Amino acid sequence: MAVNKWTAAKVARKVIDNEELFILDVRNHDAFEDWKIEGHKFEYLNIPYFELLDGVEEVLPKLPTDKDVLVVCAKEGSSVMVAEMLSEAGLEVAYLEGGMKSWSSYLEPIKVADLENGGELYQFVRLGKGCLSYMVISEGEAAIIDAVRFTDLFTNFAKEKGVEIKHVFDTHLHADHISGGRNIAAATGATYYLPPKDATEVVFDYTALTDGLNVKIGASQIDVNALYSPGHTIGSTSFVIDNKFLLTGDILFIDSIGRPDLAGLAEDWVGDLRETLYSRYRELAEDLVVLPAHFMIIDELNKDGTVARRLGDLYKENHGLNIKDEEEFRRTVTDNLPPQPNAYEQIRQVNMGKITPDNDEQTEMEIGPNRCAVR
Amino acid sequence: MNITKTLDAKGLACPMPIVRTKKAMDTINSGEVLEVLVTDKGALNDIPAWAKSGGHIVLEQKTEEDVLYFYIQKA
Repeated sequence: MAVNKWTAAKVARKVIDNEELFILDVRNHDAFEDWKIEGHKFEYLNIPYFELLDGVEEVLPKLPTDKDVLVVCAKEGSSVMVAEMLSEAGLEVAYLEGGMKSWSSYLEPIKVADLENGGELYQFVRLGKGCLSYMVISEGEAAIIDAVRFTDLFTNFAKEKGVEIKHVFDTHLHADHISGGRNIAAATGATYYLPPKDATEVVFDYTALTDGLNVKIGASQIDVNALYSPGHTIGSTSFVIDNKFLLTGDILFIDSIGRPDLAGLAEDWVGDLRETLYSRYRELAEDLVVLPAHFMIIDELNKDGTVARRLGDLYKENHGLNIKDEEEFRRTVTDNLPPQPNAYEQIRQVNMGKITPDNDEQTEMEIGPNRCAVR
Repeated sequence: MNITKTLDAKGLACPMPIVRTKKAMDTINSGEVLEVLVTDKGALNDIPAWAKSGGHIVLEQKTEEDVLYFYIQKA
């Protein structure tokens, strides 16, 4: 039987379209437990490839014959080996091209909404890592918020749309993934903005992103308004776009809230986080649609693959917005935090411009799941 | 430590380092030690996990100039 090769894009469609898939993950157990390809209707079997070197007979009865079987490993090599063994045993299976490495890098651009006068808002969903980036487009111009490091994807997308990237923002100094903001700005001549309170140690020039900053995009003058909202970091800043969308960065997610400890100061910032979530955001219109910089679990995706929810609904449903007692809130966001993201201290150094690892090293740093939230 | 055999798997990508390690293990006796040199970073977790699944013992592992060294005693 043939061995098929699937791209990360094809697997992403299966996730978004809610299709069935059987994943035979041949990485070691620790790697699988830590992080895997998540899908609503996916089934999993984890057997490390090195336990299959003598043959795949023991696996055969455990594999379904009525659905697609995808073999997955870290970089591809072992999944090809196992897929070929299964194929020789008479099964039709596929392997994931580039393995979890390519899954971690894949971005799916999805349109969130049409804006006034032909403008558009896109969300770039990085399924494997839970990162969300944004592009606002309006007649010839674009702004990008929280770009991940795959700069070509954004510049090519802008080219396809016939727009010039004018403004590039980071809502805060990221600790879980490497920002593409500075490189996109350098490649396009756009202005790169960072909150100055997060940027005290950065070694490059940037434009200050401060409360109340307003830029207008394109001929239809789509409004991008900055709103200082500290708590995940001391500089964390949100955006209100077109008076309809609230880009919350890593402060508020769909089913969780930001964690205050990744820059090392949980105790100091928990008060800011409380103030932002329980006062500043409270004063905003309930009909704003929240667009966060991350999702943690696949259940946070909408049917069309976007991650977006009405602010008023989050105030009803998100546990992190409904902790009345301040002391309990403090405990929730400082005790029992999940493990910190892989290499988060190094990633912060990269985003400050202090170290410049090569592409392979950057890929290694970003391996693993997203861990920016407290549930 | 008495090294019975050395396997140079530098430059090989996963799964070859483990495939070669397994073959080399088959040629030594119980209690003897195999030295493995690898550059594929995946080996960092995979070789100890593989050794454990077969009951072998990783006596020592170290990294020198991007080369990983493993000393594995056969079960």
